[in-house]
This record gives sequence, structure tokens and C-alpha cells, in this order.
Amino acid sequence: MAEPPLVEIAGLKRHFDVSPPWLNRAVEGSGRRIVKAVDGLDFAIRRGETFALVGESGCGKSTVARLIVGLHAPGAGSIRYAGAELGPASPARRRMQMIFQDPYASLNPRWRVRDIVAEPIRHNRLLADRAAVAERVAGLLTRVGLSPIDGEKYPHEFSGGQRQRISIARALAGEPEFIVCDEPTSALDVSVQAQILNLMKALQRALGLTYLLISHDLAVVYHVSSRVAVMYLGRICELADTGTLFGRPRHPYTRLLLDTIPDLAMSGREREPVAGEVPSPIDPPPGCAFHPRCPFAEDRCRLERPELKPAGGAEVACHAVEEGRLS
Amino acid sequence: MSAALLEVDGLRVEFPTRRGTLVAVDGVSFSIARGEVLGMVGESGAGKSLTGNAIIGLLEPPGRIAAGSVRLAGKRIDGLPPDQIRRIRGRRIGAIFQDPLTSLNPLYTVGEQLVETILTHLDIGARAARRRALELLGEVGIPAPAERIDHYPHQFSGGMRQRVVIALALSAEPELIVADEPTTALDVSIQAQIIGLLRRLGAERGASVLLITHDMGVIAETADRVAVMYAGRIAEIGPVRRVLESPLHPYTEGLMAAIPAVGRDVDSLAQIDGAMPRLHEIPAGCAFHPRCPRAVAGCDRDRPGLVPIGGSEVACLLYRPEPGEAAHG
Ligand SMILES: Nc1ncnc2c1ncn2[C@@H]1O[C@H](COP(=O)(O)OP(=O)(O)OP(=O)(O)O)[C@@H](O)[C@H]1O
Ligand SMILES: Nc1ncnc2c1ncn2[C@@H]1O[C@H](COP(=O)(O)OP(=O)(O)OP(=O)(O)O)[C@@H](O)[C@H]1O
Ligand code: SF4
Ligand SMILES: [Mg+2]
Ligand SMILES: [Mg+2]
Repeated sequence: MAEPPLVEIAGLKRHFDVSPPWLNRAVEGSGRRIVKAVDGLDFAIRRGETFALVGESGCGKSTVARLIVGLHAPGAGSIRYAGAELGPASPARRRMQMIFQDPYASLNPRWRVRDIVAEPIRHNRLLADRAAVAERVAGLLTRVGLSPIDGEKYPHEFSGGQRQRISIARALAGEPEFIVCDEPTSALDVSVQAQILNLMKALQRALGLTYLLISHDLAVVYHVSSRVAVMYLGRICELADTGTLFGRPRHPYTRLLLDTIPDLAMSGREREPVAGEVPSPIDPPPGCAFHPRCPFAEDRCRLERPELKPAGGAEVACHAVEEGRLS
Repeated sequence: MSAALLEVDGLRVEFPTRRGTLVAVDGVSFSIARGEVLGMVGESGAGKSLTGNAIIGLLEPPGRIAAGSVRLAGKRIDGLPPDQIRRIRGRRIGAIFQDPLTSLNPLYTVGEQLVETILTHLDIGARAARRRALELLGEVGIPAPAERIDHYPHQFSGGMRQRVVIALALSAEPELIVADEPTTALDVSIQAQIIGLLRRLGAERGASVLLITHDMGVIAETADRVAVMYAGRIAEIGPVRRVLESPLHPYTEGLMAAIPAVGRDVDSLAQIDGAMPRLHEIPAGCAFHPRCPRAVAGCDRDRPGLVPIGGSEVACLLYRPEPGEAAHG
């Protein structure tokens, strides 16, 4: 790789204190309770690619997204952007935008849609005169399948999927080079989803955009991303090119995840929920956090935490893969 | 299956505005039998959430039911006074909203909210209510429920919040569950768990479910029948297999083709070009005709009603009722 990565994440951590109030702790004799939402991540996003983060609900994906765009401060580790350390007031922040998972909470209910979409244009001082801003907003609304007159309305007058399109238009308005997309299409029906995904791809080709994509829809991930990191309880367990990951998943959790992909041809089929107790990031199991649910776990897995290591074109954090017990 | 639990007939939802009256739901009729799961899919903005909200009596003004009726176990529930419909909504109908934040109060822990709902609607004591709340959190797949029950909504991830809302809707053991995008923020394995739960409620307790979602995988696995909506009307309704495997309506065909699949390498996804008409510009005839690849003469003039075709019903001029079957709608 000649060109340095656009985003470089090293040793990134973020924990949340969810302890009961001090008095309760004193009475019950319990200690502090910490959610290890993100617990030591290393990865890099290349310029112009779509890097996907997947993994079970609660594994820390949105926290990673919020850390990168600066909505949470890291507890440890560093985030570098275009070669420079990213701080709270870095000018590089203007070059990134985020599409939020929840299109309801992320749009100011008291603003008209045209002002919501125009906000990044004004904030980044991209266009000076009002008419040009209005024209740009109208163009953006059309691009995401809304109409210019929708600019006059307020968010509550729109359906869930329409609101998500407003937040996509807002993200594009800032002319970012990097967009963090947290479940960008999960509120959309498949035909609008197809339009948005095609639009995202076209913009990427035309403008060289870089995306961090978070999605639980593995078909969407397969369709748009170049590389995929699979997260489990705040850590990456496998990272590979999309083709490699889907074609030859190595980590036992990745295998299990791919097995759960729903399939239209099978109405009535009983989908096997993942075996074993659902893990909690509050008291993650020691060693490999996946060991209580893993069919390949041995003693070492219960004691020693596996690190990400190269394995046949992928990077995998698994003792069984490293030892060659699992290929 | 026994008689219908829910009957919706000719439902019309309007928004009076300065620019005239907008018709967001236009003559929608369907029924759901006891123990049946009816899926509802369709274009974003097609009126799915409004249909759900009209049924549970939660249309936000100025939106209003302008025509039609909603019956629960034979009794009309549209137009009931607010306190009566509120009682029905808590006890007999459980609602899961598309927006988890509308159902959760940020100032109370999820446990307090669950216990309060259970105490209001079920005849049990505080201790049993808390036990029930814990059970419910476990059933919807919240890890370490005993610890999480005392956390506030903002301490949960997006998908965990959604599961709390589901637990809340199920807490009073309702006969009908109106679930609006209950699994959108959930990964596939949790989805499977929620789907299993909804199906079990139908099979074991005879609960009926109106399941609004755009996720065809979820529909395929959960629903007995499915209704496809476009621009405020039902375009097609029928047994789930039938509709997904051999769609009749050109809109349903387009929808099925737009679904990405793992292993299918395409540069761009098939898309239905154009956008659904906005409410103030719904065209005459079939609302889909400007985007329809199979439109024929008359589609821009005659509004198609639902006609029965081999077990399904479809609203499209390409289909004529089969001999012996009477058209309606
Ligand atoms: N502000 C917070 N305070 C306390 N805990 C938090 C906070 N934000 C997130 N968490 C916890 O951190 C963990 C990771 O949450 P995150 O939102 O990153 O998950 P996610 O992978 O995005 O899940 P989902 O797919 O459900 O959106 C969860 O256990 C969550 O409860
Ligand atoms: N308060 C309102 N004022 C005016 N129009 C509204 C209002 N609420 C909803 N609408 C319109 O009614 C139509 C149907 O909305 P609804 O929320 O039922 O769509 P939906 O089918 O649930 O879509 P989605 O899949 O995106 O959630 C939309 O075109 C929306 O813009
Ligand atoms: S390290 Fe051990 S427990 Fe973890 S995934 Fe590999 S085999 Fe399973
Ligand atoms: Mg999230
Ligand atoms: Mg909706």
C-alpha cells in the first residue's frame, strides 16, 4: 500500500460506567460496573473504500462511529485522519459527516427540512448567497428521492424512511470526503434502499468518497463494501476483503454470523438462534470473549485473549485458527 | 383458523392542509384471524405506519380517519373516546413503534417502565411484576437482564432499546400486536429470536400480529399472509409464499428484484426508477402507472380495485377476475 490510510485507529477504547448510585453500591457491597463498549481496536480505512463494521447488536459499532466523528472522547488509543491525530477541534472534522442510526432523534424537530439540509453548507461556508444554497438543497432533496417542496416541511410530516433520506441529504450537503453511515438504509424499503445504495456507489466513484458502513444487513454489506471487520463484544475478531470474508469465513463467530443470513426461499424454516448465552459487555468472559458459545473452544481459549493475526489473506483473532485446528 | 380478530374496512386517513386535503391511506381493507401474522410491506411513505396508528387510535392531529371502520373481535374501535381506546391499547392491543424513543421515557429505568405497565394492566403484585419484567427482557434477548433492568434507555444500544420496546408491548399479554418495524435495528440472530417470539405468541396464545416491515426475509419467515402497499392503497395481498415467489403486481415484482443477496455480484442493484408520487400529486388511474414497466392503455385513467387471482388479490388492470370469482374493492 503506497498511499497512507485515510483513517487509522490504534488501541482504541471506550468504556462506560453504568454503576448503580454510590449509596446502593455501599449497601449491597457491589463494585463499579463498567461496559467495555470498545475494548482495543486497531484498523485502518483506505481512501476511496467502503469499510464495513458488522456484529451483534450491542457489540460496540455505533460507539466506534461516534468516537470517530468526535461525539465521544476515546478512553484510550488514537484516531488519525489523513496522517494527523484527530482532536476535538481538528479542522479535518469538517471533511466528515455522519448518517445516524436513528432518523428520529437526529433531526431537529423545530427546523424546516431545508434548514436541516442547509446547515452543513452554512457551517462549512461552502456557498455564500442564499439562492445558491436553496438551489443546492433542492438538488440534494431530489437526489435522495424527495422533492424540493419537501424543504418547506418539518420532520414529523415524513415517514421513517423519508426522514432517513433527509439525513442522507444533510450528510451529502457538507461535501464530505468521509461519511460514517450507521445503518443508513435500515429504515428504508428495498426499492428505496436500492436507489440509495446505487447513489452512494455513484457518488463514491464520482467524488472519491470514503465510507465507514455499519449495517446488520449482510447482503447490503456484501453488495457495497470492499473490506469488512467483524466485531464481537468490543473487539475485532476478523478483518478481511469482502470476497474473502464471505467466501471463506475463518473465525468461528464469523461462520456463525454468516449462517444466520435469512433467505427468502424458506418461509416457515425455523432459523436457529445462536446457541449459548447471550454475552454481556459488562462482564465479558475472560480469554476469548466468544469461548462460551464456541464449538472449538479449548483451555487456552478460556485463559488467553487471542490477538488479530494474519491467516490466509484475512486477519483473525482465534487460537484454533492460529494453531491450525481450524482452517 | 377462527374468525377474524381484526377487521379493517375501507380505511381512509386524511391530512387537511392549506393546500387542500392529502389522502395518505385510501380505502384500505384487510382482516387478521386469531393467531395469524399479517405482514405489511411497501414503499417508504406508502402509509403503513399511518394504517397501524389508525388501528390503535394514535393518529396525530391533524391526521384523521375520514372513512372506513376498524373492528376488534367484531366491535368497532375507531372513533372511541380517548380513555376507552387507551385502555384497549394497553390491555388488548400492544403497540411497537417504529421510533423506540416515543415509547420510552428517558427519565425512568427500563425496569420501572416495564413494572408500571404490567401493574396497570395485569392483576399481579409488585414483586411478581418485576419477575415478569425480568423474564420479558430475557425473552427479547437482552443480555444480563438482572443487571440491565435498572439502566436508563440511553445506556442501551440502538438494537437493545428496540428490544425493550418490544418487551413493553408484550408485557400486558395483548390479543393483537401492531409491530411497526420491530426488527429494523437488529442483527440477524436477534431478529431470529424476536421472530420466534412473535410466532410463538401466535401459536401458543392465539395472539394476532400486524407486522409492518420492509425486510422481506423477516416477512418470509414470520408472516402467514402479506399485504403490499403503494401510495396509500393495497397493491397486492395474499399468502406469503405466493406473493414473494410469484408476485403478480408489477410493483411487487420490482420490489423483489431490488433485494441484494450475498453471493450475487452486481454492479448496481435493480431499482424501480422514479419515486412514489407525493400525496398532493397522486395521479389518476393506477398510482404506480408512471413507473410501471408493464403499463397498458387505461392505466392512467381507470383505478384498479383488488381482484382475486389464485388465492391472492391484486389491484392491477393486467389482471381480470377469474371466472366464478367476484371482484370487489
Ligand atoms: N452512553 C452510554 N452509557 C452507557 N452504556 C452505553 C452508552 N452507549 C453505549 N453503551 C453500551 O455500550 C455497548 C455498545 O453499544 P453500541 O451502541 O456501540 O452498540 P451497537 O453495536 O451499535 O449495537 P446496535 O446494533 O444495537 O446498534 C452496549 O452494551 C451499550 O449498552
Ligand atoms: N403529520 C403529517 N403531515 C403530513 N403528511 C404526513 C404526516 N405524517 C405522515 N405523512 C405522510 O403520509 C404518508 C404515509 O406515511 P407513513 O408514515 O404511514 O409511511 P410508511 O409507509 O410507514 O413509510 P416508512 O416505510 O418510510 O416508515 C407519507 O407520505 C408522509 O409524508
Ligand atoms: S479463540 Fe477459541 S474460543 Fe475463541 S473463537 Fe477461536 S476457538 Fe473459539
Ligand atoms: Mg448501533
Ligand atoms: Mg413507517
